[in-house]
Amino acid sequence: MTTLPTHTDKKLGLVIDLDTCVGCHACVISCKGWNTENYGAPLSDQDPYGADPSGTFLNRVHSYEVQPPQGEAQLIHFPKSCLHCEDAPCVTVCPTGASYKRVEDGIVLVNESDCIGCGLCAWACPYGAREMDQEEKVMKKCTLCVDRIYNENLPEIDREPSCVRTCPAGARHFGDLGDPDSAVSQLVQERGGVDLMPEQGTKPVNKYLPPRPKDTLPEAGPEFDVLAPFLEPVINEPKGFLGWLDKALEKI
Amino acid sequence: MHPAPSVIFFSVFSGLGFGLLVWLGLGIPAVTGGSAFAFFAIAYILAVGGLISSTFHLGHPERALKAFSQWRSSWLSREGVCAVAALVLMALYGAGLVFFETRWSIFGVLGALFSLATVFTTSMIYAQLKTVPRWNMPLTPVNFLSLSLAGGALLAGQVSAALVLILIAGIVQGVTWMLGDKRFDESGTNIATGTQLGNVGSVRAFEPPHTGTNYLLREFVYVIGRKHASKLRVISLLLMSILPFLLLLLPFNHFLAVIAVLAHVAGVLVARWLFFAEAEHVVGLYYGKR
Repeated sequence: MTTLPTHTDKKLGLVIDLDTCVGCHACVISCKGWNTENYGAPLSDQDPYGADPSGTFLNRVHSYEVQPPQGEAQLIHFPKSCLHCEDAPCVTVCPTGASYKRVEDGIVLVNESDCIGCGLCAWACPYGAREMDQEEKVMKKCTLCVDRIYNENLPEIDREPSCVRTCPAGARHFGDLGDPDSAVSQLVQERGGVDLMPEQGTKPVNKYLPPRPKDTLPEAGPEFDVLAPFLEPVINEPKGFLGWLDKALEKI
Repeated sequence: MHPAPSVIFFSVFSGLGFGLLVWLGLGIPAVTGGSAFAFFAIAYILAVGGLISSTFHLGHPERALKAFSQWRSSWLSREGVCAVAALVLMALYGAGLVFFETRWSIFGVLGALFSLATVFTTSMIYAQLKTVPRWNMPLTPVNFLSLSLAGGALLAGQVSAALVLILIAGIVQGVTWMLGDKRFDESGTNIATGTQLGNVGSVRAFEPPHTGTNYLLREFVYVIGRKHASKLRVISLLLMSILPFLLLLLPFNHFLAVIAVLAHVAGVLVARWLFFAEAEHVVGLYYGKR
């Protein structure tokens, strides 16, 4: 049924810390690895070793340059996967009922055996969270590793989404964002977590923690430069043949 | 947006076919027997041919029957339901006209309503998408409906109605383009709201997730041909509206009428190609593209 539930018991989702993400893409690879081997159709690649490789990914890491009005430009790595929106436009547009939002935990899923591969849900998603697999011709999306988080065959420490479990920087957090006392909700509260494209009216469950303000770089001066004498370049000018060449070229 | 030929042909030809069915359903022209058969055959070839071509872009057309189930929420599902209802009702109505020389007007009127509803639901599939601001406006259904009714009038041989409707459809098309050009900026979605990094400074896409392309870029970031958009708009309006209008003003002649129909269809095809090729999806912002 592709009408949205009026209420979900939990709002499971991710909190992504843009301050901590180092842009290593480990979450991308671990996501692809888990989801190509487990629930649903595998995530295919086209021409993977050829001149024009492409493939299906449920999680992608962008990098943005942000230039503040004053100071140095910053590079911010930006992982993006399904935000499991409360008002998920991808669900209501589905003509077959393949797309649905679970009442028990709010996860947005695709029933692949009902998907006709029309692509309309991907059109309706502002975040690019859905990708049509070119091999299986069905829509793929983040399942929040629904086959891990409740999986009693896994050690308890592994019962979280693969991207969260893998992140070496601890930039990804998983939990119930519907519970104000949960660790993720507290984190969102403390760090001022935000919604992406709020004007699209999708009410995403996943939140992004904005980068903390950067320290100002100290001006280089004698009072800071305790190591400067040791770090001064040993050779300021080239010697020998290069020195001669340098001088010769200067004279021309 | 990627202008998939199957979807362009579907929406243009089924729009024409259902437009003709609206006129036939209302008994304009009041044909029976052989000539009714000819009119209905043209309408069904266009409408059904369009519907069949639309299944070519599906990944799993064998599951298409499931698409009738979600009419409560999905405009695409509603389109399927309306199309089947219109085709069944109009088949009964057409059978009465062709084989029994009787006009069961209840089927005709209902069939005409469902035919109109089919075109409306088609347009709402696009107009509902907030992610494509150019389409997300009330003028999109007006654009589709006016083209369908004008094309239908042309095919139904209703010269005086076609003269007016073709002019209206051309004006609506022009206004749709003009207002559509402003929609993306008006939507308020930009790279700053997409990344929520705008309060740090000005945001620029630095490095995409992959060196290669992907489904999203192929499907949503289609920029080929946009540089010719203004020329194509002029060509489209000339073919769709102005040339048929002038031809219809001349004394009626079947050869000129055929030229008028062909010109109109070609113009609408160009317009529909632009409808997709010019449409920008907000996901392009994440890639620093539009």
